[in-house]
Amino acid sequence: MARFIVRRLVGMVFVLFVVSLIVFLIFNVIPNSPPAQRLAGKNATPVLVKSIEEEWGFDDSLPQQYLTMMKKVFTGELIQYSPRVPVDERIVEGIPATLSLSIGAAIIWLFFGLVLGYYSALRAGGKLDKFLTGLSIAGISIPVFLLAPVLIYFLAEKLKIFPNGFYVPLTEDPWEWFTHLVLPWFTVAILSIGFYSRVLRSNMLDVMNEDYVRTARAKGLSERQVMLRHVLRNSLIPIITLFGLDFGATVAGTAIITETLFNIEGVGLYAAESIAKLELPPIMGVTLYGAFFVVFINALVDIAYAYLDPRVRLGTSAQ
Amino acid sequence: MAFDPRPEAAVPAGAPGGALPTAPEGVSASDRGPWYLAYKRFVRNRVAVAFLGLFILIIVFVLAAPVWATHVAHTGPNETHTLEKLHVGGEIREVVTPEGKPIGPQLFGAGGKFFLGADSRLGRDEMVRLMYGGRTSLFIGIVSGLITTIAAVILGLLAGYYKGWVDAIIARTLDVLWSLPVLLFGIALGVSLAVGGLKIGPLELSGGSIWVPILVISIFTVPYVARPIRGEVLALGQKEFVEAAIAQGAGSGRVMFGEILPNLASTIIVFFALNIANNMLFEAALSFLGAGVQPPNSSWGTMISIGEELLTTQPLLAIIPGVMILLTVLSLNIVGDGLRDALDPRAKVRLEAHAGMVEKEGTAV
Repeated sequence: MARFIVRRLVGMVFVLFVVSLIVFLIFNVIPNSPPAQRLAGKNATPVLVKSIEEEWGFDDSLPQQYLTMMKKVFTGELIQYSPRVPVDERIVEGIPATLSLSIGAAIIWLFFGLVLGYYSALRAGGKLDKFLTGLSIAGISIPVFLLAPVLIYFLAEKLKIFPNGFYVPLTEDPWEWFTHLVLPWFTVAILSIGFYSRVLRSNMLDVMNEDYVRTARAKGLSERQVMLRHVLRNSLIPIITLFGLDFGATVAGTAIITETLFNIEGVGLYAAESIAKLELPPIMGVTLYGAFFVVFINALVDIAYAYLDPRVRLGTSAQ
Repeated sequence: MAFDPRPEAAVPAGAPGGALPTAPEGVSASDRGPWYLAYKRFVRNRVAVAFLGLFILIIVFVLAAPVWATHVAHTGPNETHTLEKLHVGGEIREVVTPEGKPIGPQLFGAGGKFFLGADSRLGRDEMVRLMYGGRTSLFIGIVSGLITTIAAVILGLLAGYYKGWVDAIIARTLDVLWSLPVLLFGIALGVSLAVGGLKIGPLELSGGSIWVPILVISIFTVPYVARPIRGEVLALGQKEFVEAAIAQGAGSGRVMFGEILPNLASTIIVFFALNIANNMLFEAALSFLGAGVQPPNSSWGTMISIGEELLTTQPLLAIIPGVMILLTVLSLNIVGDGLRDALDPRAKVRLEAHAGMVEKEGTAV
C-alpha cells in the first residue's frame, strides 16, 4: 500500500507540473499579442503595460518566465489590475460558497443515484429501469443553463417557493444558507442522478453473476443480506473513481456556470466576471488552483480505490 | 464522410471480436452485407429514427436563416432596432420601451417581424438571431467534431499500433488532458485567444473569429475519443487478419489505414455523433461565459447569457435557445445510441461509454 501511495504521489507531482506548463503555455507563450498587454486588460495605460512587462519579466528566457509566474501565483503576488486586488484573496473568499454548492450537490446525486440504482437493479427490466434510462439520457443532454433558468423562473419567480439566487454564509444563518442552495444543488445534481443509478445498476447486474454471490446464497444468507453486503458493496468500488472525476469537474467547471446563473458569490462567479471583463490574471489563478484541486482529488480517489481493491495496488490494473 | 470505407471492407463477418454478427434477417443477411444489416436495425429503432428526423428539421431550420431574414423578418441578426416602432395589428408599439424592455413575441402579428420578440435593449430580432446563432452553434459543433475525430483516430491508431514509447507518450498525454477540468482550460485558452488572437506562421486568427472556439473545443475533447479508439486498436492489433496482412508484407501505414481503420468505422461513426453533441454543450458553456463566440455574433450559448438578464420579465429569451440546444443534443445522443445498437449489437455498454469512463469491454473472448 505504501509503495502504491508513493508511486501515485510521484505521478501526481508530475501531472501538476504538466498542468502548470499548460497554463504557462496558454497565458504566456501562445504567439499572438504581447502578453503584458493581454494581462493588463482592455483599458490599460501604457505605463501599466510597461510595469507588468517588467514585473513578469517577459523579456527573460521562457524557463525564467515560468518560474516567475509560478512564484507569483503561489506567493499571493498574482494581482488583478482593475481594480488592484490580489487574486488569491478573492479566491479564498469564494471557496466556502463553491464548496457548499459542490459538496451539497454531490451528496444529493450520490444518495439518489445509489438508491435508485439499487432498486432498479433488483427489478431489472421494470418501469424504474425505463425511467432511469430516460433520466440519464436527459441528464447528459440538458444543459445547466436551460435547467437553471426554468427552475428559477417557475419555482423562485412565479411560485416563490425558493429564494432567487445569492448565497448566505452557513455561519450567518444555517436555514437561509440551506434554502438558498436547494435550487442550485438540484440543478447540478439532477443531471448526474440518472447516470449514477445506471452505472450502479449495471455494476450490480455484473456482480450478481459472480461465484461468491452464489456461495453467499448457498450458505443461507437472506436475500437482503446478499444484496447489501455482497453485491452492493462490491458494486460501489468503481463508482468511487467516477465520483472523484465528477466531483472535480463540478468544483472546477459546472460550479462556474451554476454560480453565475444563481448569483452565488463563489470562485466560479469570480471567474465568470473576470471572463466577461476579459481579465486574465484571475482566470490564470482560478485555472491553476482549480486544476491542482482536481489532480489532488483524483490522486486521493485512486489511493482510496487501491485501499478498497487490492487488485489495483498489487497488480495489473495499476498502470 | 472522410472515413467512409468501402462497404465490402468494413466489419467482415467474424471480425472484430470473433463473434458472428447477429443476423436476424436470415437468408438475405449474407448477401446484403453488414452496412445493410445495420441500416435495417437502425430503421427498426423508431425512437432513433424520429430523433434523426428532428435533427434534420433543426438543420433545415438553421439553414433557412437567410431566407427568413430577408423575406420575413427583413433584418439581419446583428441589426439593432432600438428606437424603431412596430405596427402590430392596428396599434404602434416600440421595439424597446424607454425603460429598456424589449418587445415580446409577435408571432405573425407584425408580418413576421420580431416573431419571437427582440433580444435585449438593443432590439435585435430574436428569431433571426436564433436561426443564425444555431448555424454558428451547429457549425462549431460539427467542424470541431470532425477535427476531434480525425485527430483522435490518428492518435489512437499510432498509439495502439506502434505501442512502446509512442504509445507511452500519446497515452500519458491523453490521460493528463483527460483528467483536467476541461471547461476551466477551455475558458483559459478561449479567453487568452479572444483577447489576443492567434498567429502561428501563416495561420492567423483574430480574437473574435469562430475558429477560436472550434480550436479550443477540438483540443480538449480529443482524449475522450482517442482513448477508446486506442483501446480498440490495441485489441484489433492482436487479430489474425492483422497478422496475415503483416505476413503478406503490408507496411505499417497499409495495416493501420487499410486493415485496422475500416474495422473502426462503426466506433468512429458513433463517437462522431456523440462528440458533436458534447461539443455543442461545450460551445454553449464557453459562449455563455463569454469565452467562446464573441459579440456581436450570436450562438445559442451567447443568447442564453443575454436572455438570462431579463429572466424575470422575458423568460423565453433564455429558455428558447436553451430548448434548441437541448433538442439538438438530445437528438444527437439518441441517434448516436441508436447507431451504436445498429452497428454493434454486441456492445453492452451504452450510455456508460458515452461519458468516456467505461472503455468498451474487451470483445475478444
